[in-house]
Amino acid sequence: MSEKGMQKRKWQLTIALLIIIAITYLSAAITNFNFMDGFAAFPEAIGWMFSNLFITQESLERLPTILDKLIETIFMSIAATTTAAIVSIFLGIMGSKTTSVNSLLSVFARFIASVSRNIPVVAWALILLLSFGQNSLTGYLALFVGTVGFLTRVFIESIDEASPSAVEALTATGATYFHIVNKAVIPQSLPQMISWILFMIETNIRSSTLVGILTGTGIGYTFDMYYKSMNYNAVALVTFSIVLAVIIIELMSNYIRKVIM
Amino acid sequence: MTFLQIAGLSKSYNNETTVLKDISFNVKAGEFVSIIGPSGAGKSTLLRCINRMVSISDGEVVFDHAPITKLKKRALRQLRTDIGMVFQHYNLVPRLTVIENVLHGRLGYKSTLQGVLGRFTEEEKEHAFFLLRKLGIEEHAYKRCDQLSGGQQQRVGIARALIQNPKLILCDEPIASLDPNASKIIMDHLKSITTELEITCLINLHQVEVAQQYSDRIIGLNQGEVVFDGPNYKLTEEKINHIYGTQMRELITV
Amino acid sequence: METIVKSTYIKRKKNGSISLRAGNKSKFVIRMTMITLFVLTIAGFLLFDYTGLEIRTAVVETASNLYAMFFKPALNHFTWAEALYQIGVTMGLAVLSTIIGAVIAFFLALTAAANLSKEWVTKVVRVIVAFIRAVPTVLWVLIFAIAAGLGSEAAVLGMLFHSIAYLVKAFSEAFEEVDKGILEALRAAGSGWWHVVIHGIIPSTFTYLLSWTFLRFEINFSVAVAMGAAAGAGGIGFELFMASGFYFDLNEVGFITYAILLIAIILEVFSTQLKNRYFPSSVRN
Repeated sequence: MSEKGMQKRKWQLTIALLIIIAITYLSAAITNFNFMDGFAAFPEAIGWMFSNLFITQESLERLPTILDKLIETIFMSIAATTTAAIVSIFLGIMGSKTTSVNSLLSVFARFIASVSRNIPVVAWALILLLSFGQNSLTGYLALFVGTVGFLTRVFIESIDEASPSAVEALTATGATYFHIVNKAVIPQSLPQMISWILFMIETNIRSSTLVGILTGTGIGYTFDMYYKSMNYNAVALVTFSIVLAVIIIELMSNYIRKVIM
Repeated sequence: MTFLQIAGLSKSYNNETTVLKDISFNVKAGEFVSIIGPSGAGKSTLLRCINRMVSISDGEVVFDHAPITKLKKRALRQLRTDIGMVFQHYNLVPRLTVIENVLHGRLGYKSTLQGVLGRFTEEEKEHAFFLLRKLGIEEHAYKRCDQLSGGQQQRVGIARALIQNPKLILCDEPIASLDPNASKIIMDHLKSITTELEITCLINLHQVEVAQQYSDRIIGLNQGEVVFDGPNYKLTEEKINHIYGTQMRELITV
Repeated sequence: METIVKSTYIKRKKNGSISLRAGNKSKFVIRMTMITLFVLTIAGFLLFDYTGLEIRTAVVETASNLYAMFFKPALNHFTWAEALYQIGVTMGLAVLSTIIGAVIAFFLALTAAANLSKEWVTKVVRVIVAFIRAVPTVLWVLIFAIAAGLGSEAAVLGMLFHSIAYLVKAFSEAFEEVDKGILEALRAAGSGWWHVVIHGIIPSTFTYLLSWTFLRFEINFSVAVAMGAAAGAGGIGFELFMASGFYFDLNEVGFITYAILLIAIILEVFSTQLKNRYFPSSVRN
């Protein structure tokens, strides 16, 4: 690199750093964030966690209730992801350049995906709560909508990448549109899609805790109850059980990914 | 006997970039014709006009006594089942097995439901294995295509074209991504099988030597126009320079 | 067709017809995964707790709610200026957790990258990161809220955890892709570890690090909205929670949703461009 290029790069770097510092300062001001307090709070908080968040005999007695809710949450995430995946496959096929039937449908699919993905899950949860009330279906639907948005986007990418050249070849043999989708596009992109579905199940278990807190369902509600009644041993147990569930599911999906890709 | 007749064929994109200009030639049944020319001359587009993978802007293409310029859906599928196509990048479904990829060539003959369910007759499967044996890759029949070498994949591509029972095979740069050894195997197979089964063959090539060695007749294309059309012994050094432009030719041979 | 020679390569089913199955593990696992997910989904629907649900009225009501939201958005309980301020707070939370997270993640990633660190250190850091990722952000924020008291500090600290976990993974992978030759040349010239980092690693990964940080900012914006609604962290998310859960004012919910949607889409457009520019292959969020 030339001397001048180096100098220019250095300038750019300095300006970028200055802008970042300015934005950080501004953000701290608007949110009343105090760096000193923040850093001081951290060790305190960790100390508090170690002295309060442990699992006791008494909290273990609540394990059956907690497990019950945890299983409900896992089922909710899986059901939301799988059903969303079915919808997303159709939207993905409509939206992808390789397989789209016409540009209007393609734009429609991308629009639906973008709106449902970018309206946060909490908004869907709050809206659905108003009329569906405090039950599993509310949480399920909130997760479902967000998942459709996300999966449609990644399915479109998977299909785009899959094998546009094979699509050309099959068209040239005189195969119909459905032959091509079914025999070339789906077989080629399926492993990628399954990988995304597994990823989304993990994500949804974590989001369903959030949705649960808002809609009063599943493990999120259980957490919220113990949290509000300051039963921190039970809080620890709930947190621990969620961690365990997420890690087990992650390990399983890593194994599946390794085999199918 | 004229089998394929191309008259005044033109192709332009967006009415602006003209790729093919007023192309006319006839091909007899069973002929092995090479199309040569520099890249960007319109070779690929020309082939794709014949099976209507790209639409025709102007002119007429008559295939086996039937004009194809304005064919619609069902008739177009019918036409395509009669024309096999072999591609530079093989265009297989990499995750599927060799035998599955070969059978894709039969989809043109199936109804949507039959094809989606994957109903292939025993006869079709036997035929697929027969072709794989002929091409020397029967032992790989149950392997995934992405595990094969380039030359082997191209043979799968040829089997997929042959199982269509085509009257014409279009080859778009079939050896451009292969090493000389594999190229020779592919060209030998193409030549011997099309001769044996009396299939007409139109093949895009950029290696002049290969074209001269294998074909009955050579068509030279430059900037969308036919600049040479004749038996290969008439293709002199001077004509080659005319097709490629002198400097281009030097660049290629270096 | 030509005469058919008996072939040794053809696999046949019991009834003598030719089998097309390759019998590989990958297809089997794909099929099993799909069947399992399908069964679990059906089981899920049977197990759900449908207490107090009247599906027909619920659907009709939701439709009319959505209509009120999206076609008659309005501000009733606060002003435009306040709305902008609340969006600013949410953005602020997202910025702080992203930037502080990026700085911490940078140092952690140096210890997590296989080409810069010892094997056991790498492993320990990865296990810790996996654990942190497994705890939902909202739980981190709520736990910090008791421990550090409510306020932006708790929200930022809680959100930091996932940002760090995400960025450590991304950064360390970027570091690992640095050309071996560059590091080797620097080491051969007698450079110390910090020297290698400053002159080898940072210059060759800087744009990646910035892109990843921005991608995380996009995620953190929606996390900040969620934390406002579910953990009382303030900002536009909290207003959303108040509008729907406290005032039952759907027109206002609509207005807030539009505001969030607008910002989210702008951020998405930016990050898609970044991705296409710097990460040609597909990237995991």
